[in-house]
Amino acid sequence: MDLAATILVDGLIYAGWLFIVSVGLTLVFGVLNILNIAHGSLYAIGAYASASMVGAYFALGGEAYPYGSYVAMILAAVLVALVIGPLLERGLLRFFYGRDEVLNVLVTYAVFLILEDIMKLIWGVNPYFVYEPYTLLGDVEIGPLFYVGYDFAVIAAAIIVGLAVWLSLNKTRTGKVVLAVIHDSEMSQTMGVNVQRIYLAAFMAGTFLAALGGALTAPMISVTPGLGVNVVIVAFAVVIIGGLGSVPGAAIGALMVGISRAASVHLMPEAELFIIYFVMAIVLLFRPEGLFAKTQARKI
Amino acid sequence: MMKSKIGGALAATTLIAGMAGPAVAADDTFKIGVITFLSGQAAESFGVPAWNGGKLLVDMLNEGGKLPAPYDTKGFGGMNIEVVIVDEAGGATKQVQEFRNLVQREEVDAVVGYVSSGDCLAVPPVADELKAFTILYDCGTPRVFEDGSYEYVFRTAAHATMDNVSLARYLKSRNFDVPSFAGLNQDYAWGQDSWADFTGAMKQLYPDAEVKTALFPKFGAGQYGTEISALLREKPALVHSSNWGGDLQGFLIQATARGLHKRSQLALAAGDHVIPQLQNKMPDGIFLGARGVNGLAAHARGGELKELTDTMWDAYEAEYKTFPVQAPFRMWQALFGLKTAIEKAMADNGGKKPSSEELAAAMKGLSWDAPSGHIEMVLADGHQAIQPNAIGTTKWNAEAGKMELVDVEYYDARCVNPPEGMKSQDWLAQGFPGALCN
Repeated sequence: MDLAATILVDGLIYAGWLFIVSVGLTLVFGVLNILNIAHGSLYAIGAYASASMVGAYFALGGEAYPYGSYVAMILAAVLVALVIGPLLERGLLRFFYGRDEVLNVLVTYAVFLILEDIMKLIWGVNPYFVYEPYTLLGDVEIGPLFYVGYDFAVIAAAIIVGLAVWLSLNKTRTGKVVLAVIHDSEMSQTMGVNVQRIYLAAFMAGTFLAALGGALTAPMISVTPGLGVNVVIVAFAVVIIGGLGSVPGAAIGALMVGISRAASVHLMPEAELFIIYFVMAIVLLFRPEGLFAKTQARKI
Repeated sequence: MMKSKIGGALAATTLIAGMAGPAVAADDTFKIGVITFLSGQAAESFGVPAWNGGKLLVDMLNEGGKLPAPYDTKGFGGMNIEVVIVDEAGGATKQVQEFRNLVQREEVDAVVGYVSSGDCLAVPPVADELKAFTILYDCGTPRVFEDGSYEYVFRTAAHATMDNVSLARYLKSRNFDVPSFAGLNQDYAWGQDSWADFTGAMKQLYPDAEVKTALFPKFGAGQYGTEISALLREKPALVHSSNWGGDLQGFLIQATARGLHKRSQLALAAGDHVIPQLQNKMPDGIFLGARGVNGLAAHARGGELKELTDTMWDAYEAEYKTFPVQAPFRMWQALFGLKTAIEKAMADNGGKKPSSEELAAAMKGLSWDAPSGHIEMVLADGHQAIQPNAIGTTKWNAEAGKMELVDVEYYDARCVNPPEGMKSQDWLAQGFPGALCN
């Protein structure tokens, strides 16, 4: 397997994970116009919930059918979306719609800090492990290298998530309504759209995607406090490259970050972090609004 | 920046343990401030186990007669030990403020603390300014005393150079063939320094070994797939890592799933603390250090210190249902050293509670026994400890259901630590002058 192919495979694996993590962030921004710093915490809560659910699944005799642990992981993300999504959106964020974007960043940053501490109160500081789902799918041999089958399952999950989000937005009636709200929420409201409900649904979908990213990551790491910090930073880079609010942009951004990072690790490891933000800087130099975001006229 | 702010949210948490009482300690009480990570990523690996060990030892000392001689006397010189525990999370600026609070408001008699090298570099100038007797119990950076000189500050654990020199010596003593090696270390001072120490030691012991690649993923990266591909492609004979905590656990989970340990020998400079979490998920055959004769290496050692080690080991296992890894051992050697220094100072001053000056004079050049071995304050004009070290190989005992260390090699403190007056990097570059190895 030559170096270029290795870089491509590694880049795709990383990009798949990164897309799942980033797409919820860009969706929430697109609909609610809120840059959700707490997205990292929702990712971490997804990881903890997944670890707990999978642990409970095996404790209740799940060894007989270990593949059920994947269902437990997805259910964990659904649970997080159902519980935390409405709590945050209805309980807090709706009071800040239409306010200054900087204020919303500060509000979600505060939520981030609060959730980080709540996680410690619920799960403590000791790590959680759920290896079983990571090794269930066996190995994949590509040339001289072995990959874990699970890594490719994450790529598949990213493709499914991307298609589902894109089709939901562009090919369904509800999706058209969401797009209308994104375009002009006031006009949509006057046309009889229940904008509040759309906001809630979009935030719950964003929460689900963040939690799903964490849930899928949990089997390959030790789930510990502080998990969401690094994730949200690199997710921001992805959505800024792709254009805030753009689902295809998040996909392209994830691919650019994933492949450039993989190339750096193999060819120039000391530039691993630099390359991500270098790519972002280059994109912003030529497309300040990101690759796929539409330039919007300011409303007066 | 975000990380420090998050930590700061919890760093304000200050717990007071022991007897409630006035801020000023009475003459029959010796009040210590203990600072270690109770939250954040270093809590699970280092801070919490260290404090668990410290709390256990303080209780045993306060009760008296629970430990073998010379530690069978009550408290510190007969004084009851009172502890103020402070969370180390929050960054160096926060810790300097916490240190001032401990000394000026809580009026502690001594401070024992700091896992983070950043905190260990920030606090000593303030300790000297306040004339506050301070023990750095855990942090690894050699720079504390190689770049500075302090009157009231002491470090009771060896600095990190020892870890990687021992690892390189282990390879040599096991006749391990190393035509090439690579590194995966965290991208901050600890990881960079460890790699520099390891490559410096390897240059002397394996001058022909080729460095295939040096990877420095971001601290807390979590995902190591690309790095593992790079290591699998390069096929080094050995992969060195000083990763710790969640980073090490994540790396091992992902690396073993892809068979990296079957292609390259894994050598973990400070990896013992992940055994309780990983258990048999940690593969056999890993060369493992514990930053001293700590954890499994101490338990397997036997000899003169067996009774003391077994007493602490059994008490820890009984209390916390897991075995003590490296962090409690370093806390114990600090507290045993403090007890020895206090009792020496009291012997010199007629039995009074010692002042900071008297304590500093007693601690300078002191030596004492701890479960991790014989500790000697011989570097930095008697302010920096050296201690023996051990490296072993992991082997899962399926029958007993626990991890063991086999083929353990023990290194004399003077074999793996630089001599007085010589900086670590100079010592490595010059081929370990003055090293006394058996």
